[in-house]
Amino acid sequence: MNERTAADATAAGDGDGEGDGAEERSTAVRDSLAVGLATAIYGVSFGALSVAAGLDIWQTCFLSLVMFTGGSQFALVGVLASGGVAAGGSAIATAAMLGIRNVVYGMRMKPIVDDVDPTTGRGSIWRRIAAAWVTIDESTAVALAQPNDRAARVGFWVTGITIFVGWNLTTLAGALIGDAIGDTRAWGLDAAAAAAFLGLLWPRLKRFQAGAVAVAAAVVATLTTPVLMPGLPVLVAAVVAIVVGWFNLFDRRRTS
Amino acid sequence: MTTWHIILIASAATLALKLVGHLVPAGFLERERPARIADLLTVALLAALIAVQTLGVGQEIVVDARVPALIVAAALYALRVPFIVVVAVAALVAAGIRALG
Repeated sequence: MNERTAADATAAGDGDGEGDGAEERSTAVRDSLAVGLATAIYGVSFGALSVAAGLDIWQTCFLSLVMFTGGSQFALVGVLASGGVAAGGSAIATAAMLGIRNVVYGMRMKPIVDDVDPTTGRGSIWRRIAAAWVTIDESTAVALAQPNDRAARVGFWVTGITIFVGWNLTTLAGALIGDAIGDTRAWGLDAAAAAAFLGLLWPRLKRFQAGAVAVAAAVVATLTTPVLMPGLPVLVAAVVAIVVGWFNLFDRRRTS
Repeated sequence: MTTWHIILIASAATLALKLVGHLVPAGFLERERPARIADLLTVALLAALIAVQTLGVGQEIVVDARVPALIVAAALYALRVPFIVVVAVAALVAAGIRALG
């Protein structure tokens, strides 16, 4: 998610209430299903990698049901794959820090998904919990891309629910496949994990600052790998983001 | 700590973060600097995970079949090939090199 989409959505938010918006809503449903189904498919790779990292099928499915945020899930099993249970603290910290962006998404989505009761002036708590549960990159992105608030609400829920159902089914399928194939290195699953992280990172590299942070973090993690316990190099590399973000270093638009 | 403890704590933490966004009044993270750090944190963690996953074996740095697989993956993402296809091709490249080598 970048600032441009957030700004677009704020500007587009005023369009609500003109006409009945049926066309915008059906476009939102189409967008949601396209993004939702495409995203749900790669639950297969999570399921297979999780089992390869040593988790059992129950543990793998639990992560997709409750954690339900791809980046953190891949990170948790990635750190456990390299460091085992001894790296548990680092695995938890990495997964949690990757989940921080969901706080920002939640704040942006709250006014869109809240259906406030006109008599009490309050929204339903259960609806909020459900909304929080399905607040992820894709549901937020689809919602922010819609032209008005009603279409955004449709986009958020349809994308979130489609991915939730699909992701859990494909996670189970992937876990069963991973369980069946045995030697995961021979099948290249370690390289698949790296490619999966790259796929999550790729859309975030549009700005020069992000590219600079990515390169520096990768270098820091590589250099500290031989001297730190498995799992810790990733946490140390996170310091790069805090330093660059705090002082707003390298802040110039990439011109290509 | 067992694997289940790790899973339960990490899941509780990520779910709690999602709830914070929806239940706590917007404020702190709406400001420019915290929002920027949250954004860059995701980038740094993912990049570090790529490095460790591609080059690390325990505490050693090892260059093997994963490196060409990642380069192929980067080229395919640049060509806008879908995620699931890229991940499968990367596995195939690494598996192929190991089978031949």
